[in-house]
Amino acid sequence: MLLHTVNKSPFEKNALESCLNLSKAGSGVFLLEDGVYAAMKGTVWADKVTTALSDKKVYVLTPDLAARGMNTDNVIDGIEMVDYAGFVDLVAEYSATQAWL
Amino acid sequence: MEGDVKKFMYLNRKAPYGTVYALESLEVVLIGAAFDQDVSLAFVDDGVYQLANNQTTTPNDGIGMKNFSPTYKALGDYDVTKLYVDQESLEARGLSVDDLMPLTYEDEDDDWAEKPSIRVVSREELTNIMDEQDVVLSF
Amino acid sequence: MKFAVMINEGPYQHQSSDSAYNFVKAALDKGHEIFRIFFYHDGVNNATRLTIPPQDDRNIVERWSALAKEHELDLVVCVAAAQRRGLLDENEASRNGKDANNIDESFRISGLGQLIEAGIQADRLVVFGD
Repeated sequence: MLLHTVNKSPFEKNALESCLNLSKAGSGVFLLEDGVYAAMKGTVWADKVTTALSDKKVYVLTPDLAARGMNTDNVIDGIEMVDYAGFVDLVAEYSATQAWL
Repeated sequence: MEGDVKKFMYLNRKAPYGTVYALESLEVVLIGAAFDQDVSLAFVDDGVYQLANNQTTTPNDGIGMKNFSPTYKALGDYDVTKLYVDQESLEARGLSVDDLMPLTYEDEDDDWAEKPSIRVVSREELTNIMDEQDVVLSF
Repeated sequence: MKFAVMINEGPYQHQSSDSAYNFVKAALDKGHEIFRIFFYHDGVNNATRLTIPPQDDRNIVERWSALAKEHELDLVVCVAAAQRRGLLDENEASRNGKDANNIDESFRISGLGQLIEAGIQADRLVVFGD
């Protein structure tokens, strides 16, 4: 299974949308850089992310949340919060990494 | 499959000319072809525009950049024969396979019959193909 | 595990190089091997030794250079992408009749084959870009 990385805000680019459309059940979606905004509750993307959580794992990089002033309390339930060490573990855990640049 | 052959996918999601990604991606594909790996290319989102027919950059009133689209036609000679185009991306842009360059390769396993390199695939097919990859280079 | 990393954007303009640095550091801390870091597209700009960031900011190039020295990292800059963008080492400069060079000694210039080889040799390849 692939670990898909998304580093774009869903409000600016369609990287997240394409990633969700073209990723298999059981794969992982890793949000970093501006991609972390997609992890927040209350956005117009929250429903899509919640739906994705039904058959995929979604992860968010906490240092990128912190840098942007995003409160971890407002991260969508079910999204796993990891630091860079956790990022490394995930890359090792999944069979390959695919970046949605 | 031999142990030292990996599945390499080049994922192209950006249009040509506006940025250099499409051109420099193609340069990687050409070099990579010499390594005898199992290579495929995926064209998703604006990446499908890389394959548009009739790209014209010079002379006269052109943009003055190198038209690198003919290079895609040479890919077959480098044994790069699997160019997957996301059907939904094509349709969303009002395009069909007829708007793309007619890319072909000669199949050595089939008496060198000329076959199309471009394979328009559904989301589900592309998702499965992507998931089999060992290395995905994104541009 | 053996990781390879590709960096496709230059320093400061994009976060790619910072994210990659943090990833590489974390991987090394965990005892993983970094097989190679390959700089492509505008990522080649990470190799210039002539950057002068403000004193209160991180020095991205020096940071890569220091990490490379500490862990004997193989930092490879794509020659074609570098030449296009005016990134030259001493050899390239003299061969092309240029009057200056700017690549930091911790980086080496080589061809795209190094990227493919990294994909083949490493267990995982991670791409950081825009």
